[in-house]
Amino acid sequence: MKPDLSVEIAGLKLRNPVMTASGTFGYGEEFSQYVNLETIGAFVTKGLSLRPRAGNPTPRIVETPGGMLNAIGLQNVGIEAFIQKKVPFLRTVNTPAIANFFGSTPEEYAELATRLEAIPEVAALEVNISCPNVKQGGIVFGTDPACAASVVTACRAVTTKPLIVKLSPNVTDIVEMAQACEEAGADALSVINTLTGMAIDLERRRPVLANITGGLSGPAIKPVALRMVWQVARAVKVPVIGIGGIMSATDALEFMLAGATAVQVGTASFVNPAAAQEIAQGMEQWLTSHGVADVKSLIGALER
Amino acid sequence: MQFKAMILDNAEVSPGYWRMRMTAPPEMLEAQPGQFVMVRVNPSIDPLIRRPFGVFDVGVHQPAYTGAAPQPYLEILYRVVGKGTAMLSALHETDLLDIIAPLGSGFDCGPAGEEKLIVGGGVGLAPLYLLAKELVKDSPVRLFAGGRSKDDVLCITEFERLGVECYTATEDGSLGECGFVTKVLEQRLDASANAGRVFACGPHGMLKAVADIAAKRDVPCQVSLEGYMACGVGACLGCVCQGANHSPETPDYRCVCSEGPVFEAAELKWEGA
Repeated sequence: MKPDLSVEIAGLKLRNPVMTASGTFGYGEEFSQYVNLETIGAFVTKGLSLRPRAGNPTPRIVETPGGMLNAIGLQNVGIEAFIQKKVPFLRTVNTPAIANFFGSTPEEYAELATRLEAIPEVAALEVNISCPNVKQGGIVFGTDPACAASVVTACRAVTTKPLIVKLSPNVTDIVEMAQACEEAGADALSVINTLTGMAIDLERRRPVLANITGGLSGPAIKPVALRMVWQVARAVKVPVIGIGGIMSATDALEFMLAGATAVQVGTASFVNPAAAQEIAQGMEQWLTSHGVADVKSLIGALER
Repeated sequence: MQFKAMILDNAEVSPGYWRMRMTAPPEMLEAQPGQFVMVRVNPSIDPLIRRPFGVFDVGVHQPAYTGAAPQPYLEILYRVVGKGTAMLSALHETDLLDIIAPLGSGFDCGPAGEEKLIVGGGVGLAPLYLLAKELVKDSPVRLFAGGRSKDDVLCITEFERLGVECYTATEDGSLGECGFVTKVLEQRLDASANAGRVFACGPHGMLKAVADIAAKRDVPCQVSLEGYMACGVGACLGCVCQGANHSPETPDYRCVCSEGPVFEAAELKWEGA
């Protein structure tokens, strides 16, 4: 018998727990030639702002051992162009699209949430309070529990869609942040965004990235992400979406044992555009070969 | 498309420069000059990110006597600059690579009969051979190949075999003219009263010089850029370059991978170098 891979995030039904992470999958269409989007649970679009953003100067990315640093600076087409040029594609795919977005004030977050609430093709909202690469917005809201709560409260007031908050690992206590967001009305938490890091070019005696620092992603951060998912999942009642260096079905299932209800695949899609699809297939094979009928039975099932 | 390629040959053609031939699906024969491939060097996480390489050549190998089916192939020309390319150079015949290709938009060849001027610096010749192969079908083609020394001027014999008239220049004078290849390009443009169309690939300083020459003389010019990229399909936004009207107040970034790697030189901002 085929195992049941379906999961639910705040009423949003997913055919399996595998999503693609914001910022690594464009607006869905970029990779559609290489991956069958209807084999994954959901995909999350590139973080949106009210107005288009050009992003940071180059170099913007650099590979590091087992990972990569990026400082794209939230380049995006803005909400208007998203509605005009990107939403029509979302309509053609029978897989939930989750819109990631960010602002520089709680009011801006709320305005974006209002606009996204009105788009039927957007199945859920993911609030980015955790981008490490822009000075305004992002990180301020992502490191102070009261600020984070104010953003979540503002968005909660204007949307009935599932409201997911993406947390930053660059904090002293991620549990405190998670609890503040849950109390303010978050339906789910994405854990974690990238870890702030840097790379140096010795011969030029300069930072490699034009932005000096960037967000570290890829397999190098998986142990940190697993630990934070485990910590958060024990401390909140809302579902947790595990993110951080997931390259294989094994990685994804480990995150579920740590307490994640679903996972997001990010950097792996750059390495292998079909990664999310292959991870979902690999999870099904693992469940079958281990006689596990329902993937939900693994959520938080870590034994000690 | 994404496919597994088997290495057919991997040889050092000049110190530090390698040419690799690998199997490819028949669709690769449709690759446009200037398009590129993303190569996963090995299935492990080191190196993690794919490496982009221009398509040097595509073709079909006809086995002589074995009765085996004709085999479409793809070639890349690369310089060993870091860990990824060092690992690539250590691979052997029958080793497998994971490839995404063909990517990006290629050169616009322009009208038949018009003189075509190809300018390449070092490993910048990589995407220009397939271009020359296409251009010689209907136009006179001249190649201007430059480098620091004779070791950096690659595959000239291959271009000559196509019927391309080749000019070389090296900074140390070890091959051809002593100095920059752009000087030789200017001499030709002087002689031809600025007739023709320029195609260039190479280091940023050389491309900027070529773009300046073309702009001053009102000669159409396309350049193929390199970019540090993670995805190759316009999703990561890591590889952007600046459009001509870029300023900090009105930013204009173009994706090298999906909007390029070939651009009209006049579309881009040329500063620094």
